[in-house]
Amino acid sequence: MTTIFGIPLMVLFGQLLLGLINGAFYALLSLGLAVIFGLLKVINFAHGAQYMLGAFAALLGLEYLELDYWLALLIVPLVVGALGILIERFLLRRIQHIDHLYGLLLTFGLALIFEGTLVNLFGVSGSSYPVPEVLAGGFNLGFMFLPTYRAWVLVAALVVCLFTWFMIESTRLGAYLRAGTENPKLMQAFGVNVPLLVTLTYGFGVALAAFAGVLAAPIYPVSPTMGSSLLIVVFAVVVIGGMGSILGAILTGLAMGLIEGLTKVFYPEAANTVIFLVMIVVLLLRPTGLFGKEA
Amino acid sequence: MSDSPSVTAVRQRSARRRLGLLYVGLIVLGLVAPFVAYPVFLMKILCFALFASAFNLLLGFAGLLSFGHAAFLATGAYITGFLLSTYPGLTPELGILAGTLGSVVLGLVFGILAIRRQGIYFAMITLALSQMMFFFFIQAPFTGGEDGLHGVPRGKLFGLFSLQSNLALYYFVFAVFVLGFALIQRTVHSPFGQVLKAIRENEPRAVSLGYDTDTYKLVAFVISAGLAGLAGATKTLVFQLASLGDAHWHMSGEVILMTLLGGVGTLLGPLVGSSLVIGLQHQLSQSPLGDWVSVILGTIFVLCVLSFRSGIIGELQKLVKRNFK
Amino acid sequence: MNITKHASLTAAALLLAPSLAQAEISGDAVKIGYLADMSGTYRDLAGPGGLEALNMAVEDFGGEINGAPIEVLSADDRNSADVGANTVRGWIDQDDVDLVAGMVASSVTIAVTNILKQKDKLGIVSGSAASSITNEHCTPNHIHWVYDTYPMANGTAKAIVDEGGDTWFLLTADYAFGHALESDVETVVKENGGEIVGKVRHPFPTNDFSSYILQAQGSGAKIVGLANAGSDTVNALTTASQFGLVQSGQTLAGLLIFLNDVHALGLDVTQGLQLTTGWYWDMDDESREWANRYFERTQRMPTMVQAGIYSSTLHYLNAVAETGSDAAATVREQMAATPVNDMFADDGRIREDGRMVHDMYLVEVKSPSESEGEWDLYEILRTIPAEEAFRPLSESQCSLVKG
Repeated sequence: MTTIFGIPLMVLFGQLLLGLINGAFYALLSLGLAVIFGLLKVINFAHGAQYMLGAFAALLGLEYLELDYWLALLIVPLVVGALGILIERFLLRRIQHIDHLYGLLLTFGLALIFEGTLVNLFGVSGSSYPVPEVLAGGFNLGFMFLPTYRAWVLVAALVVCLFTWFMIESTRLGAYLRAGTENPKLMQAFGVNVPLLVTLTYGFGVALAAFAGVLAAPIYPVSPTMGSSLLIVVFAVVVIGGMGSILGAILTGLAMGLIEGLTKVFYPEAANTVIFLVMIVVLLLRPTGLFGKEA
Repeated sequence: MSDSPSVTAVRQRSARRRLGLLYVGLIVLGLVAPFVAYPVFLMKILCFALFASAFNLLLGFAGLLSFGHAAFLATGAYITGFLLSTYPGLTPELGILAGTLGSVVLGLVFGILAIRRQGIYFAMITLALSQMMFFFFIQAPFTGGEDGLHGVPRGKLFGLFSLQSNLALYYFVFAVFVLGFALIQRTVHSPFGQVLKAIRENEPRAVSLGYDTDTYKLVAFVISAGLAGLAGATKTLVFQLASLGDAHWHMSGEVILMTLLGGVGTLLGPLVGSSLVIGLQHQLSQSPLGDWVSVILGTIFVLCVLSFRSGIIGELQKLVKRNFK
Repeated sequence: MNITKHASLTAAALLLAPSLAQAEISGDAVKIGYLADMSGTYRDLAGPGGLEALNMAVEDFGGEINGAPIEVLSADDRNSADVGANTVRGWIDQDDVDLVAGMVASSVTIAVTNILKQKDKLGIVSGSAASSITNEHCTPNHIHWVYDTYPMANGTAKAIVDEGGDTWFLLTADYAFGHALESDVETVVKENGGEIVGKVRHPFPTNDFSSYILQAQGSGAKIVGLANAGSDTVNALTTASQFGLVQSGQTLAGLLIFLNDVHALGLDVTQGLQLTTGWYWDMDDESREWANRYFERTQRMPTMVQAGIYSSTLHYLNAVAETGSDAAATVREQMAATPVNDMFADDGRIREDGRMVHDMYLVEVKSPSESEGEWDLYEILRTIPAEEAFRPLSESQCSLVKG
């Protein structure tokens, strides 16, 4: 069998595929952060908590309302997104004219509240969400056993990412969004309702996080702390990619998933730190990130 | 502004006198406090007040929000804890010095990496770097991993005075705090501090005035990191242990809350803020509301950001200005 | 039944040792501080449920000893050694607490026992896993009640090798705790004629185990041992079930997994898993009777830690009543002199290193079809006798053990 550094090539393929699946989550989350940051200039520290809320909403929906997975995938992002709209309308808007760091602090406080409340209500052990029947089982790819659900996650995440990118780059709404990012005052002068655009954008970003949460529910145990540790990694991804472009956020997310996947094979001890190491190297060479524009 | 120069000078002098009186009063209070309240609790407050003051030097006077200050607290704590428990002959002040120096070095490394970016990026980079340190502390053999370092001896100060009793240690910690606080006070009021404020207000203007702003920010960052390390090192001596909790990003969040609640950019704010937060945690942990600590802290965070941004000391100053002008 | 026993023993103690009866209860109250993680990772293992168990013990005892009331304080250590140590210091200095109970995260426990030693107060550790607590970190001021990593790792590994599971792949959490667990298991597996065919050290904590599970599948080992704990174990189990590890013929061995984890994960994920436990609610009539009373109060079945808190608190209160003193050394001596016979243990005893040794049980998690209820989770495969279960004193590094 062909080997690379003593690892059979086929095994390596398997690990790369798994890395790509994790990368899809990074991409979804950093995309949401990028969309929000573009218009609001706020880093949404509650993003991890909102991802967690998505997973919890799916779990509770199944338990109490018999909401099945496919409906959850549709409804949960809308519900959590609506919560996001409320947060923007009643909290973030009140501080939009002061230093954007306050936005970061506000959302940090919200993250503590969400996490703390769910810990008290449901404990921290985490519960499991059943894999939907259609997606149970898996394929034998020859070099590995790939659970069908993981394949679905990869496809679904990529479709949503690319769809978002297409929307922003090629539709009228996307054009407003990009213009609003460049110069909100001018947009307002042109008669575009910028405050509404801001509210909807935040809602959309939050909905993306919730969507990722529902996708993650059948893979990772659903627990109140599932989002916070992931978020810091996503922050590193964002720093590496730079906040310049939507596509940058997606590509960096996927690439970091791959790098992490390889690390798990060759030097598993460093798997948690490798993304941070990449971040340091990028900061030294390109302080604005790979896709970032000069601020 | 319309006052004549001499009036302004008189007012400044009397303001300085009032401030001097306030400091004297606080020092007397600090000296008497252990006879009224539980010394270990007071020492905890002093350590965190120093930590928050160090953080505030960066946020309040240089406009840089670090979300990774836990890394410096933990580095100071671990190095001091490791040295003091491994080398029994080492005196506590040398152990603390070593911990502080360790944080200075780490601060320099973090600073070089992070200082090139501002605002939100700066916050995210410091957070990510400190998370990396967290993983390092878990895996490194000298930290005791999840168990942490325990039974760190308090030892004898300069090899002479035993710090075994809580009261003796309290006065040592109080002295450390006063020194650290005085250093921050001097830094803020020095020409260096004035340049920092200029950078905070308008960095491009400071650059155009010919200041190498990156160097100024880096020095401020390193001082802040060193003092945070000093706080961590002192804390290790008080509790006789160092643990992963110091390195967790929640700790970075807590120090932000303390500073914000007390008043960003005020000298006394961090002291007030840390006393309140620690007092609150202490009260809550022994009450039925104990489970809700993080929710309550989160709520305070949100309220502070929405309607109390100047913090307690900041609001008081406004009140004084309004009524006694 | 405990009450009557206590009464008769008290009478006996009064007759035999009149001098002891003159000893006094400090502060005219017996104060017990319950310290545990009430809001974090270990909340479900001990947490508020443990406090309930402690309160049950105090109520069952009658709420007072020779006229001195028994008071219970509690605090959340938030898994922070700082907070835990500080709380206990305050309890002793300000509230005159006599016993600290609970204690879960090992870091908190080691910090607290150091303080107990300084202040000469007693602690009973029920939640912690680290076997070092009664080994290199032993003190004359604490007792370790329920379990530790030694029987958890050894019991499970030995039983599995005996049953033919002789090739192992280990997933180890990459920090001191994981390394200790890993080396314990390696020794046992090799001593019993098994072989370690591979291992991987994953960072702590790890969210996604798919990569490591894939490596374990590739190794061809019969047994995949999880030398990790808490959320890592839970994540690894979930991922293993998705990747069909058990279906492809490998068996999982959880080295540190508890009833609440199995309950949370569900039987679909955990069925067939073998593990060691110190107690199970459905063991015998006594345990069932107590567990049902507990269930009525909390709507959850007790974990072994919660049961241990009840058992150890009663044992402590009996000792205080018998000696008429709450001084740490006196009470500990009395506790060690009395065997533990209750709903938790049969003939358990406290060794000089502070380890309470009792029978442990190798169990297998039931399949969903075998289970008859929400909490019908384990089938007991075999009893591991106390002498075999715990680290023998001859291997002890504890300074209290006379070599």
